[in-house]
Amino acid sequence: MDVGFFGIEVALALGAALAFYMAWAIGANDVANAMGTSVGSGALTITGAVLVAGLLEFSGAFLAGGHVTNTIRKGMLDAVLVEQNPELVLYGMLAALASAGTLLLVATRYGLPVSTTHSIVGAIVGFGAAGLGVDAVAWGKVGQIVASWVTSPLIGGVLAFLIFGLIRNRVLDRDKPIEELTKIGPFFFFYVFFIMGLVTLFKGLKNLKLDLDLPEALAASTALGLVGAAFGVVLMRRASRRAGEMKDDADQFRHVERVFVVLQIMTACAVAFAHGSNDVANSIGPLAAVHSIVTTGAAATTASVEPWMLALGGLGIIIGLATWGYRVMETVGKKITELTPSRGFAAELAAATTIVLASRMGIPVSTTHILVGSVLGVGLARGIGALDLRVVGSIFVSWIATLPLAAVLSVFFFYFFKGLLGS
Amino acid sequence: MSVIANLFGRSPIRPMQAHMQAASECARAILPVLEAMATGDMDALDQGRKTVDELEHRADELKHEIRRHLPKRLFMAVERRDMLEILDCQDSIADVAQDVAELAALRHMRTPEVLKAPLLALVESAIATCAQSECVINELDELVETGFGRHEVARVEAMIDKLNGLESLADERAEQALRTLFSIEDEIGVGAYYWYEIIQWIGDIADYAERAGNRIRLLIAN
Repeated sequence: MDVGFFGIEVALALGAALAFYMAWAIGANDVANAMGTSVGSGALTITGAVLVAGLLEFSGAFLAGGHVTNTIRKGMLDAVLVEQNPELVLYGMLAALASAGTLLLVATRYGLPVSTTHSIVGAIVGFGAAGLGVDAVAWGKVGQIVASWVTSPLIGGVLAFLIFGLIRNRVLDRDKPIEELTKIGPFFFFYVFFIMGLVTLFKGLKNLKLDLDLPEALAASTALGLVGAAFGVVLMRRASRRAGEMKDDADQFRHVERVFVVLQIMTACAVAFAHGSNDVANSIGPLAAVHSIVTTGAAATTASVEPWMLALGGLGIIIGLATWGYRVMETVGKKITELTPSRGFAAELAAATTIVLASRMGIPVSTTHILVGSVLGVGLARGIGALDLRVVGSIFVSWIATLPLAAVLSVFFFYFFKGLLGS
Repeated sequence: MSVIANLFGRSPIRPMQAHMQAASECARAILPVLEAMATGDMDALDQGRKTVDELEHRADELKHEIRRHLPKRLFMAVERRDMLEILDCQDSIADVAQDVAELAALRHMRTPEVLKAPLLALVESAIATCAQSECVINELDELVETGFGRHEVARVEAMIDKLNGLESLADERAEQALRTLFSIEDEIGVGAYYWYEIIQWIGDIADYAERAGNRIRLLIAN
C-alpha cells in the first residue's frame, strides 16, 4: 500500500493511542453509570465496584465483544467499496476514533449525556458518506442500529417492569419475604449464568478457538447455570441466616433488602460483563480495522481482533476507572440512594439481558440509555420514590445532536488524516 | 454529571413524614394550652401558645421545603397532586392548632367548670386522631418499598379504618362539648361565640387529620 510522509506505523500507533484514550474515557465515565446503581444501593463499595468492573468489563470484552466489534469494523459500510479503498478506510477509522474521542472530551467537560456508541456510529457514517460516497454507507444496517436506540431502552424498561412485578408478587408481598427470596434467588442466579453463558459460548469464543454449535452451547450454558444456581443457594442461605439473626420485625424490609444485596452484586457483575461486551468494541472496533489494513494492506479480510488490542482496551478501562471513574462512581452512588438493592437488582437484570442480547446480535447499543430505560421501568411499577424526567428529555436531545455532530467532526478529521498521512 | 445520577429526584416521602410529625406535635401542644385555660394559669397559657407558634413555624418551613422540591417533571411512585393535597391537610392541622392557641391566649380564656371535662375529652380525641394519621403517613415509605403490595395495602387500610373510627369519636365529643356549651350559653354571654369557635376548631384538627389519611386510601386505589 502506498503510504505518505509519516509511514504506516505512525497510523497504527495513532490508532492505538486514540483507541486507548477512548477506552480510558469509557472507564472514567461510562462504567460509573453501569456500576453506580450498585454503589448507590450499598451493594458494593467503591473499591469493590472498581475491582468487579475491571475484571468483568475485561472478560465481557474478551469473551463476548467480538460481534459488535465486527459491526463497527465493517458492518456499516459497503464491503466492496471498503475493499477497494483501504487507505480511505484507514483515515476514516482514525477520524472516527478522533471525533468520538473529542466529543467525549467535550461531553465530560460540559456534562452532556453523550453516548460513546452513538459517537462512533455517527463518526463512521460521517466519514463513510464523505470519503467513500453516500452509497457506501449500509443505510439499512445503520437504520437498524438507530432504531435499536429507541427499542433497546424500551425493552429494558418493559423487562424491568416485569421483573419488579415478579419480585413484588413473589417476595415483597409475602408474609415471610426473606424465606421466599431465599427460595427464588437461585433461579435468578441460574438465569443470569445461563444467559451470559449462552451469548458467550454460542459461536462466540472464536478468540479461544472454541466454536460451539447451538446444542453444545445450550448444554454448556445449562451446566454453567446450574453451577451458578448452586452458588446462589449457598450465598442466599448465608445472607438470609445473617438477616434472620437481626430480629426486629418493624424493619423487616430492611432485612429483605440486605438479602437482595447478594442478587444485586451478581447482576452488577452481569452489567459489567454486558457493558464490556458492547462498549469496549467502540474503541477496539476502529483499531481492529486500522490494524488489519496496516498489516495486510486490505480492508475486508476476516482478520480477527488481536488479543493485544483487547488487552489495550481492558487496560484503558482499568486505568480510566482508577484515575477518574471511582470518583464519578462515588458521585453517582451518593445521588441515587433512593435505589434500594431490590430495585437495583430489577433494573440491572433487565439492562444486562437487553445489552448482551443486542451485542450478541452485533448491534451497538448505549448501555447507559438502556439502564435509564430499566430504571424508569421500575419507576413505572411504582417502585421508586421520585424520578427526574428531565433526563429523558436530555437523552432525546443527545440522540438528535450526537449523530450529526460526530459525523461532521469525523468528516473534518477524515480530511485532516488524509492530508497528514496520505500520499 | 452522569445521566444515571441525574435520573433520581429527591423523594418527597420522608420530608412529608417529617412534616406530619411536626403538624402532629402542634396538635399535641394545644393540650397544655387547654390545661392552662382550665386551671386559669395565664402565664402557662402564654407559654403554651408560644410553644404552639414555634412548632407551627417549623412545620411551615418543612412545607415550603417540600413544595420547592416537587417540580412537575418528577415522576413519583405517589402522585404529585395527592402529595400536595396531603401536605395541605397536614398544614391545616398545624394552622388550626395555632388558631386555637392564639384565640385562647389573646382573650385570656378560662374554661367554665362544666365545659372542662368535655373539652379535655375532645382535645385528647383530636390528638389521638392526629397520632393515628401520623402512623398512616409513616407507612408511605413501606408502601413504596413493597411496591404497593397487597399485604401492606391491607395493613394500611386497616390503619385508616381505625383513623376513621377515631375521627367519629372526636365528632361525637365535639357535639357533646357543644351541647354543654349551649346549656350555659345564657350565663357566659358573648364568650359563648368564642367557645363555639374553639370547639369547632379542635374538631377541625381531627377532621384534617382524617382527610390526610383518607387521601392515602385514594392513592393506594389508583
